[in-house]
Amino acid sequence: MKFKDQHIISMREFSREMIDHILNVAEKMETIAQGKQKSDLLAGKILAVLFFEPSTRTRISFETAMLRLGGDVLSLGSVDASSIVKGETLADTMRVVDGYADAIVLRHPKEGAAQLASEFSRVPILNAGDGAGHHPTQTLLDLYTIKRESHLEGIKIALAGDLKYGRTVHSLCYALSHYGAHITLISPKELSMPDEIISDIVARGAKVVETDSIEDAINDVDVLYMTRIQKERFPDPAEYQKVASRLKVTMETLEGAKPELKIMHPLPRVDEIDNEVDDTPHACYFKQAFYGVPVRMALLGLVMGAIE
Amino acid sequence: MTDIETELRVRRIENGTVIDHITSGKALIVLKILGLPDSSHGVVSVLINSHGVYGKKDVVKIENRELKAREVDRIALIAPNATINIIRNFNVTHKNKVRIPSFVEGVVECINPNCISNSNEPITSKFNVNTEDEYLKLRCFYCGRVISENIAENLL
Repeated sequence: MKFKDQHIISMREFSREMIDHILNVAEKMETIAQGKQKSDLLAGKILAVLFFEPSTRTRISFETAMLRLGGDVLSLGSVDASSIVKGETLADTMRVVDGYADAIVLRHPKEGAAQLASEFSRVPILNAGDGAGHHPTQTLLDLYTIKRESHLEGIKIALAGDLKYGRTVHSLCYALSHYGAHITLISPKELSMPDEIISDIVARGAKVVETDSIEDAINDVDVLYMTRIQKERFPDPAEYQKVASRLKVTMETLEGAKPELKIMHPLPRVDEIDNEVDDTPHACYFKQAFYGVPVRMALLGLVMGAIE
Repeated sequence: MTDIETELRVRRIENGTVIDHITSGKALIVLKILGLPDSSHGVVSVLINSHGVYGKKDVVKIENRELKAREVDRIALIAPNATINIIRNFNVTHKNKVRIPSFVEGVVECINPNCISNSNEPITSKFNVNTEDEYLKLRCFYCGRVISENIAENLL
């Protein structure tokens, strides 16, 4: 399996074998990510981090990953201060920055931006989110969290919240179909997962059930994956309140849950998980955010050719 | 209609290409896709709503230019039953049905306003063509948005 010089654009290009390899490498990176072991794996290498829209969490996770491996980070300041406001195309920016760095992490508001960047850059592009498009490193860290905190093969997982627009859950469902997952989709009708995606993942071997209540699903699942419901999706604030309160995890919701149930969330959360839940062994979301570091370390090491 | 009546409307061509069995009413879109008449110095004739064995059809005749199959395949997106006839000395020397290509570039515009292909970047639109279902589907190579209806309305 050859990752050197490969672009990481979307989960579509990953076979199960490739995913498993990345997750295995990530596991070896964990002690370095925790700062318990030093590494100079990427010493002398430079990572350019270009964020054309804000995302603190993903950006610092990539930067930490690079620094923990002994590499350097080149960060684009605010977009306002860059030549983008002068009208430079992304294609030109890529042709310039690839001369300064060994890999480029890109977040951009336009869908397909990472694909375009990969056509113009001579160094690997790592897509850190392109509009409502792809965010493959989020999916990989979600898979890694499920692997570390529960198990992947035949996992029983419920995904709750905005399943219509949430790119994270779409991409995760595709990836989980490699592992014969039993997926329960929990959402109000107006935010349910598009039929096209459901039929795709069923065709790939996942088993899918739909419901609109967390209580219906909670007793039987190994993982509950919560997502944020955005207020702006609802023209009527009262309707939003009604839906949001129905899709909330509290201590009461968890009464019938398996003791080993893990709750995940890509963060930031608003009020879909009650703060009381944070202190239970079910809460896994902050660990999930940490797992982004070893997974991104694995990807950086692989695409820059420091690891096979 | 007699042969003479047909002859009076659009005469046979000596050399060139005849695109036959174009879906009725789509001939002008076919010309647009093929960049005609700008891309040809010869006479281009168009028949719209011509009577064929299977009902109405459109026909395009391009004199003194032999179109390559790959050039014409792009029209399969809107005229999937069209045939390409290469004419030499008034005789049909090659006859082929258009084939729906698996990938098209620079023909259709992505319907997603937030797609990077709809910005000032130096790229042309690209689509993977899916023919597995009953209807033709174009999936944008950049953003993944699918166009399944009104393909003709989104031509570049």
